[in-house]
Amino acid sequence: MSLVTPNTSKIDRLAELTATHESSSGNSLWREAWGRLRRSKAGVIGAVVIAVFVVLAVVGPWFAPHNPAAQIWRDEVLINKGEFVGPRGENWFGLDHLGRDQFSRFLVGARQTLLVGVVSMLIGLVIGAIIGGVSGAAATLGGRNGKRFDTFVMRVTDIMLALPSLLLAVSIAAVLGQSLTTVMIAVGVVQIPIFARLLRGSMLAQGNKEYVLAARSLGIRKRRIVMTNILPNSLSPVIVQATLSLATAIIEAAALSYLGLGSPDQSAPEWGAMLTQAQRFFDNAPMMSVYPAVGIIITALGFTLLGEAMREALDPKLRG
Amino acid sequence: MALLSVDELTVTFGGRGRASKAVDGVSFDVDQGQVVGLVGESGCGKSVTSLALMGLLPSKGVELGGRADFDGTNLLTMSQRELRDMRGSQLAMIFQDPLSSLNPVVPIGVQVTEILQRHRGLKGEAARKEAAHLLDRVGIPDPTRRLKEYPHQLSGGMRQRALIAMAVACAPRLLIADEPTTALDVTIQAQILELLKELVDEEGTALLMITHDLGVVAGLCDQVNVLYAGKVVESADRHELFAHPMHPYAHGLLESIPRLDAPRGEPLKPIRGSINDRIAWADGCAFAPRCDYYTMECLTGTPALTEPAAAGHQVRCVNPVREPVEIATLDTPDVTATAHGGTSA
Repeated sequence: MSLVTPNTSKIDRLAELTATHESSSGNSLWREAWGRLRRSKAGVIGAVVIAVFVVLAVVGPWFAPHNPAAQIWRDEVLINKGEFVGPRGENWFGLDHLGRDQFSRFLVGARQTLLVGVVSMLIGLVIGAIIGGVSGAAATLGGRNGKRFDTFVMRVTDIMLALPSLLLAVSIAAVLGQSLTTVMIAVGVVQIPIFARLLRGSMLAQGNKEYVLAARSLGIRKRRIVMTNILPNSLSPVIVQATLSLATAIIEAAALSYLGLGSPDQSAPEWGAMLTQAQRFFDNAPMMSVYPAVGIIITALGFTLLGEAMREALDPKLRG
Repeated sequence: MALLSVDELTVTFGGRGRASKAVDGVSFDVDQGQVVGLVGESGCGKSVTSLALMGLLPSKGVELGGRADFDGTNLLTMSQRELRDMRGSQLAMIFQDPLSSLNPVVPIGVQVTEILQRHRGLKGEAARKEAAHLLDRVGIPDPTRRLKEYPHQLSGGMRQRALIAMAVACAPRLLIADEPTTALDVTIQAQILELLKELVDEEGTALLMITHDLGVVAGLCDQVNVLYAGKVVESADRHELFAHPMHPYAHGLLESIPRLDAPRGEPLKPIRGSINDRIAWADGCAFAPRCDYYTMECLTGTPALTEPAAAGHQVRCVNPVREPVEIATLDTPDVTATAHGGTSA
């Protein structure tokens, strides 16, 4: 262990080393978590389910065999009043009560469902993370006024948490009218306080960590400590929550559509809305409910499985 | 005048009614190029002292008293902004657990360069080169590769070296090491201590060494302050302290070290009980309940620091121990090897 001040030859050697190792990079925690995720069965199953769902949602509608809104077989359904046309070569999932192709509607519904899930999750995640991040930063390093600000913000999110999500959604729908946007906003707004509290709590926990103290002991500025120390270390529960909340968002959106708050546009049905319509004919045509219901259950399950696997993969206790 | 001169430093936690003094009138000096030890068991106020000096104690619920003059300015009354500029450039600290003291999600290189950027304004390639030099300087082989690695990919010793590199990045004048070897295994401990000693010798950095390990003290410190319940109970230079520990606590600490040459079956000699605040210093000697030598006199008021035997050897005890401790097995091979050994104090 020599401590000789580096002379010129050493500097040359350093340059040489820099050149040879330019390509090799460290093994980040994210990459290790990714490795653990790939080894988890639940995670892989969840990811496959989600992949199928996403492919279905993105390209499915282009391959829909029929126009989802066209009542092509209207007469057939009317003639057999009370008797529904089940799956057949032309219509894989059979016909609905208005003589429309169920399979085409299912494919279009997949896209709507994914859209609602992703957009409402993003609304919750982005706004929630901004609120939680600012609040957490203020609480950990903002001194007395920062703590006051944090308390105020958290009381506001408490109030938001206290509102029942369906009631909130109904009121938002009452103001904005009945549309898919309403559903997305309503479901997203409900998620905001959850993300905000999660990130803020995680940041508070990180703020007490020794490496934050060590960074402070080296005179690093507060803003920098928040950005490089506290925030990146607080993200993993938020990422997990985002995945899990996709599942919740899909279910909630279905519930709102079921209550009749979803899009009135018949050419773009959402699985929840399909379920509502099918309900009236459950005695005569149970399969009409089964298709959208199974779709919702399987995608929600996929996101939940992946989310749980990510929670395990990102568990700080496994960091070695 | 000393580089750091701590005078009657007091740290009180908690507000009215429930106040407890973690540090109670501690005074010591650290000169340039000197290694001063702060020794004591858990809860005696060592770490609080160091955090107080760095201005890292929370502002709420903590009251500071006394002075801590660093190069003539009182650290305790400095604003947070001024202190932040001092930290890392003039004062730096090394922590106990190197893994938890490094940010796990950022490569070592980023953590080293951010200090260079903060205090020395180095950016980009220049900062990277300097960071590699620093890692090389603290004995990390293949520094350019290590710069890209994450803390969990380094061994414990490497991590502590990286932390030391960060602490000395801007050539601070005072380095505070808070039990820097506790989390490391014994062979690595020796290397880290060796590294610290070389830094002190070469740069003239003053080092405040906080430890409970008397082996570390024996190998490194010029001047030793033994703390008990927030007060200095004995202060002497290393040779004097190890040869003639006079406070019963320091005496007990030295006697409690297990010895290889002790007869088989001879029991170890612990200090009875554990630290407690049932007797405050105001009522008498806080060590009295655990002391083998205590008299009624011990319970009448705070004992003063006196120099009963030798000049510069201060003891806070009314009934100091006169018999020396046999320290034959205490590992002090490098006492004569260091440039500073025995010259200070």
